[in-house]
Formats: sequence, C-alpha cells, structure tokens
Amino acid sequence: MSAGQPLAVLLLLRGRRVVGGCAEGEALVTRQAVPGWGGVDPVRGVITERHHELCGQSFKGKVLVFRGAKGSSGWSAMYHTARLAQSAPLALVFNELTTKVALGAVVMRIPSVTGLDRDPLDLIQSGDWVRVDGDRGSVEVLERRRAPG
Amino acid sequence: MLRLTDDEKALLDGRQGKARQKAMELLVRYAEALGAERFVDTHNVAGVPGSANAFLQSYYEARGAGAPDAIFSFFDLDSDELVEAPRAAVSSCHLQGGADPEHWQTLGVAPELFAGHQAREAFAARRGVQILKTCTPYLAGNLPVRGEHLAWMESSAVVYANSVIGARTNTEGRESTSAAMLTGKIPDFGLHRDEGRVGTHHVVVEAHVESVLDWGLLGYFIGDRVQEHVPVVVGRHGRPDLVRLKHFGAAASSSGGVELYHLVGVTPEAESVEMAYRGQGPRQTFAYGPAERRAAYERLNSSATDPNVDYVMLGCPHAALEQLAEAATLLDGKRISDNCRLWIFTSRAVRSDADRAGYTRVIGAAGGVVQTDTCSAFARAVPPGTRVVALDSAKQAHYLPAILGVQAWFGSTRDCIEAALTGRWSGSCP
Repeated sequence: MSAGQPLAVLLLLRGRRVVGGCAEGEALVTRQAVPGWGGVDPVRGVITERHHELCGQSFKGKVLVFRGAKGSSGWSAMYHTARLAQSAPLALVFNELTTKVALGAVVMRIPSVTGLDRDPLDLIQSGDWVRVDGDRGSVEVLERRRAPG
Repeated sequence: MLRLTDDEKALLDGRQGKARQKAMELLVRYAEALGAERFVDTHNVAGVPGSANAFLQSYYEARGAGAPDAIFSFFDLDSDELVEAPRAAVSSCHLQGGADPEHWQTLGVAPELFAGHQAREAFAARRGVQILKTCTPYLAGNLPVRGEHLAWMESSAVVYANSVIGARTNTEGRESTSAAMLTGKIPDFGLHRDEGRVGTHHVVVEAHVESVLDWGLLGYFIGDRVQEHVPVVVGRHGRPDLVRLKHFGAAASSSGGVELYHLVGVTPEAESVEMAYRGQGPRQTFAYGPAERRAAYERLNSSATDPNVDYVMLGCPHAALEQLAEAATLLDGKRISDNCRLWIFTSRAVRSDADRAGYTRVIGAAGGVVQTDTCSAFARAVPPGTRVVALDSAKQAHYLPAILGVQAWFGSTRDCIEAALTGRWSGSCP
C-alpha cells in the first residue's frame, strides 16, 4: 500500500500512551470486548470465541481497534504467546483501560494508546490504514478502506 | 506520574538481585501503562510461575531455553536476559496447571509433557511457592481477609476474593503475578482503590434464582450485560452459599469481565444499596426476568444438537467437598454408561478430604474419575473421540466449545449425572 509516499492525515485522534513506539497498518475494528485465553488461538492469531463478531478473523499484523479486554486472567499470556508466534497485532487502540489489556500491551511490546478525545470505534473502520504513535498518544487515519466491490 | 518508595528504588537498582530487578522493571512498565501513581504492598500472590503449555515448552526448547529458569526469565518476567529465579519474597501459591500426578495418563498427557510439568512444579516449590494447583485457592488453604491487597490471577478466584471476601485484587496476569512474587508489589489501580469498587450497574432480579444452575444463569447474563463493570444485584433471589457464588462469579467473569459484584444484603461491601454505590448512583438499571433467564440458558446450550453424550465434566471451578458429596450420592451403587466418561475436577486438598469421606471411592466404583490440578478447558483434554459433552458450569460451557470444537450441553449437576448414567442428554430449562 502506497509504498514510500507519505500519506495525508485524514483524521487525528489524541489520547495517552499505554506503550510507546510507532506502527502503521490496516485496522481491525470491533465494538465488542476482545477475549484472551479460551477465546483466541494465539499461535495463528485468530479469535475463536463462538459468539464474538470477529470469530474466525485474524488480528495478526493488524492495528486492533476495540472497546477493551474481557474474560480470563490468561489475557496477557495469550497475547504474549502470539508475540512469540509472530501472530500479534501491530498496535492497539482501545477505550477501556483494565489490567488485562495494559499488561497484554506491555508484554506484546507494541504501540498502544487509549483515552482518545473522540471515540475511535465511531471513526475508524476495519480496512482503514492507521498509524499509531504510542509516545505521542496519537492515532491517525491515513487512508480509508475502498468501498466493497 | 509513578512515584517509587526507597525499597522499590532498591529493587529497581538491582540491590536485591538481578531477578527482582527484572521483576520491578516489568512492574514499572505495567504501572506506567495503567497510569498508576504508586504500588501497593501485597503479601498474597496467586499465579502460575514458570509453567508452560506444549507450545511454550517446544518454543523455548527449540531456542535452547527449555529449563524452568529460562521460561521464568523470558516469559514470566518478559526479560531479554536469563536470570536466576530466587525464592518468592511474599506468600505465594500456584493456581491450576499441569496434570493430576495420579491420573495424568487418564487425561491423555504425553509422558514427556508430564515430566515437564513435574520439573516446573518442583522449580516453583523450591522457590517457596505453595503447590495448591487449583482455580479455587480459597478452598485449598489460601483464604484472604477483608481489605487485604492481593495479586491474583484466575478470573473466578479474583471475583470471589473481591466480592464475597472483600479482599482487593485486580485480575492480574501470568507476568504481573510472577513479578509480584519476587517483589511484593503490584500497581495501585482499579480494585485496590475505594473509587474502583463503587457499583456501576443496577440489576433487579425478578426471575427465580435459587439453585446452583440458577446462579450460573444469572451470572452469565450479568457478565454479558455489564462486561467489566461492577454490578449491584438486588431483588428476588434466595440466599446463596459458597457453591452458588463460586458458580455465579465464574459465569459473570466468563461472559464478561466482572471482577467485583455487590449482592445487597449478602456481600460485605453491600450491606445496603447506598453502601454499594458509595453515595453515587447507577449508570444503568435493568431487570433479569424469566425471558432473560431462558435466553441465558439457550445461549449456553446453543452449540449442542446431538443428545448422545460422550463425556460429562464436573468441577468448574474446582469442586467443593459438598459437590463431590452430591455426585457420590447421585452415583452410589450405579454405573455410568459404557458410551460415556465422567471426570470430576477438584483441588488436591479437597480430593484428600473426599478420599477420607469415601466420595472418591463411590464415584470411582460408578466409573467416574476424580482428578486434580486442571480441567478439560485448561488442559485442552477430553476422553478420546469426544464429540458431545455435558457440563454443569456456565464457565466451562462458555469456553469448551470454542477451545475444542465440541458440542456442549449445560444443565444441573443432576442432569449431567443422569447423562453420564444413560449416555443421553435429557435436561431442559427448569
């Protein structure tokens, strides 16, 4: 996608750093809380919880934009395992800060931000190209998903 | 802005050794991620230090780092450097994991994997970690007191400790509990603080809630509705006991992420509705009526179509002694179907009580096996050829179909034992 040329910023959201660093990639967005142990296959980087709207979808190499973490205390260990298996997301953007998601972000060592000035779930869609700057606490949308078809 | 005390600075500077330094570095990264301003001291940690599933064992072995010290350094402490793991600094216990030392072959664990479990258990024990091997430490020798700051993993134990006991812990993870064992520190965030314990959602119970099954359905509904918030439950429910609240909390922490609830007139921080909200009010109010109850039941049974049950699993969270007594009573003098297996999971402590009471023998004579240390979801283990399971736990019914792709029926303990005896599911929403 658009190799080499800097893209114009279509949207800028400001929040706060959870984990520093900078990454950009395709967004995967869910309004639902994201499961950990028992609801993901960390080696493949796929959500497996039966009733989840992302069931069967992969977060590997994506910017995961979500409400927050849920379920078991094995959340961090699952996403830590995904990091070892090279199946982790590229970055995290989320609304609700809890110990599960914070520890998961720390051990995945990926840029992560929360507390954004506008709701990213309203403004970012799956497929958008997004840059996350953990140090500045910012999220930028650089390209909108092409219309289907 | 995170402020450190002198003893925390000493840990971070390495004056207490390299491993405690790495532990403190991880805790500082974690506290900064949370935006915490300080740490609290904890003298009660429950985690899974140095443990490894098949993936972690082979991943680290392939890199010449399969020894427990290496997994503890690289995974538990998220350190890039190998450190020698010292003794736990504070009272610490090991939660569920590995396999029953008596029945690991029944569980289908490969000998080399079991040998690895044994080596890692010895590693933890040598470092002063109590080998409780259960998701119910509060039934196996670790019973906190009200107001005590804990660093616990295991969502069902966390919600029990916070809600029923009034102790204070967030849902910690593998890495933060291992770091807390070496330092006695955990970030002062969320449920360690008064403001984190205020009720947020008002749940009015209108449906019948009396049996253990009823409490599981109510928990499953509430978790789905409030996610990780703090429900305050009032209304028409019977007076719950330990087994009911164990099931209720486990269900609520599986369908959502409930870490604390207030049951007005029952739990210690909710003698009244006012006390549960600490002068504030609910953000939302909703009812749990017969329609919500039926929907929760149907959702828990939505993976199952085939009434021929291959496997019945009880003991999620690990069975209390009275649950083993109930199973023994229902099985006494009977024999389970040749087409079905029955495994009941509990802690080593409770099984030892059950052995003395004769329950293990009665269950065994009927063809069931009482196992310790793990469960089917955690070990990813069911009897060979299992396609359809029957469960009396909303938590296990939530996880097992996603983990192993099996069909799961959910019902009462009596429905499940009946299925084990006949090989067929005949439960329905009571």
